[in-house]
Amino acid sequence: MRPATAAGWIVLGVVLVGFPLALRDPYYQQLGALVLLGAISASAWNLIGGYAGQVSVGHAVFFGAGAYMPLLFYNLWGWSPLLGLPAGIAVSVVIAFFIGVPTFRLAGHYFSMATIAVAELIRILVGNWDFLGASIGLMGPATPRGWWDLVFRSTVPYYYIFLAVLAVLLALTAVMERSRFGYYLSAIRAGERAARSLGVPVGRYKLYALMVSAAFTAVAGSLYAMKFGFIDPNSGLGILVSVNMVLMAALGGAGRLLGPLLGAAILVPLQITTNSLFGGGGTGLTYILYGGIIMLIARFEPGGLLELWDRIHARGRRRALAAEPERHAA
Amino acid sequence: MIFLQVIAGGLLIGAVYALFSAGLTLVWGMMNVINFAHGEFVMLGMYVAFWAYTLMHAGPAGFSALAAVLLFMLGVFVYLLLIRHVMRGPMLAQILSTFGLLLFLRYAAYWAFSANFVTLPEGLFGPSLNVGGILLSAPKLVGGVVALLLTLGIHLLLTRTAVGSQILAVAEDRQAAMLMGIRPDRMQALAWGLAGASAGIAGALIATFFPISPTVGESLALIAFVVVTLGGFGSVPGAMLAGLIVGLIESLSAYYFGPVYQDVFVYGLFVLILWVRPHGLLGKA
Repeated sequence: MRPATAAGWIVLGVVLVGFPLALRDPYYQQLGALVLLGAISASAWNLIGGYAGQVSVGHAVFFGAGAYMPLLFYNLWGWSPLLGLPAGIAVSVVIAFFIGVPTFRLAGHYFSMATIAVAELIRILVGNWDFLGASIGLMGPATPRGWWDLVFRSTVPYYYIFLAVLAVLLALTAVMERSRFGYYLSAIRAGERAARSLGVPVGRYKLYALMVSAAFTAVAGSLYAMKFGFIDPNSGLGILVSVNMVLMAALGGAGRLLGPLLGAAILVPLQITTNSLFGGGGTGLTYILYGGIIMLIARFEPGGLLELWDRIHARGRRRALAAEPERHAA
Repeated sequence: MIFLQVIAGGLLIGAVYALFSAGLTLVWGMMNVINFAHGEFVMLGMYVAFWAYTLMHAGPAGFSALAAVLLFMLGVFVYLLLIRHVMRGPMLAQILSTFGLLLFLRYAAYWAFSANFVTLPEGLFGPSLNVGGILLSAPKLVGGVVALLLTLGIHLLLTRTAVGSQILAVAEDRQAAMLMGIRPDRMQALAWGLAGASAGIAGALIATFFPISPTVGESLALIAFVVVTLGGFGSVPGAMLAGLIVGLIESLSAYYFGPVYQDVFVYGLFVLILWVRPHGLLGKA
């Protein structure tokens, strides 16, 4: 690692750890926690959508599974939400399997369409199923019985839990980038037929990537449910939940380690500001804006902001080289 | 008798599904791009019908034609400004572009027309018909028959006319078509225009018997995906057959299990096709 890169990581770490200590206003602490939560789900999406290039537009189904299970277990047996988390992961991975196995044999668009269809199918089923609270949803513990209920009055504990999960996810992603798994995925993204001809087990590795991605998206859903103590079909399974993940990753840079975090750091404050600016009708305008941003990214900068930054950076370096040819020649 | 009525109703609505799905399958067949915003095109067609009726007292023929023309233009614009630039890029860009368009159109409609349902008055086509004991609502009957004829028309346009041959030539091999003096860009813009027009007319037809709202495109787009997949990607006759089947399934499941579950059956069918016969009924394997 170059010294500049190492310094960059240290600065990022200090900023993220120190953020809620420096800004004691609960508003900013809440904002920080939401950015981290968005970054977790978008980073999870990034594994399949970015690194493997298989664009899911129905990741809400994994998020929802992760969010419903802890609250369901609490409502049925009074268990700690923590115990529902593994169940949420398991349900997500099973759903991922059933989406992935048939569609990964086919062209990429089948996968995108299947994800949105399955997400809608499950949203409608859950919305009509009294066992899962139907359209009203499920509530978590209102007052904590102990630390294991993970109900805190302050946002700060949530902030650090989210930060820890994000750190683990990004560390795993960084390891994956340099492993055989990561190289297989980038080969698949660059050209499936070529990857297959070089002996990459394409279908199998896409399925693995989807299952890992689904598992971490479920974790994000569980964290959401623990923080807000409430989930309904729209907040857990709605199409806009999926949109948020895709947009954050694509804006920052899909298939880049820090792309989703950058995207979340831009979009979450933007969303909160527009919602408070436009009041009740804000969601409509927010998503008009989102739609516009998505089209602009697709049209002009599909690599996201990080790639744009790289290009500007590289151009600057080339210009610097051109300006002092003799020194480099010597 | 109720059973026959459910079947007739399903086939009629299925014909309308076939019409807008034909547009989607045409675009896919041309350039392997899925238009996630296709359902929003249908939604816009519905609003064109509503406003043309409300503001200008246009009749069904008038507002259907207007919806076709406006949505044809929208389709061409979308192709020229957006799709042309992303179709050879990474798949992320292709999917993002029409997905962004979906959000943009849906929430622009939400913002402009509010979330409330609006409806065209009943009886635009006169009273319901009683055919041998089966009660058929006039709008559904007209809508179904017109949609079926138009879908057939798209098929004939593609297979029997010079323009259709040029479109199919570009779909088959862009390079070779260019060498034959066909301009692929024009043909692809035309395909997007036709897709828009088919969605626009279908929307105007649906608006005569279905409540209009900004989010109506969501379930319609998914229905179009199911129809296109079941029929086989790129196949207009396949879309026609599959549209009728999907209409039937929807109508029967609504009758036996309740209207809430009709979408569940249709999306379930989609997942089933992917497992069992991913290239559809009439598609090439």
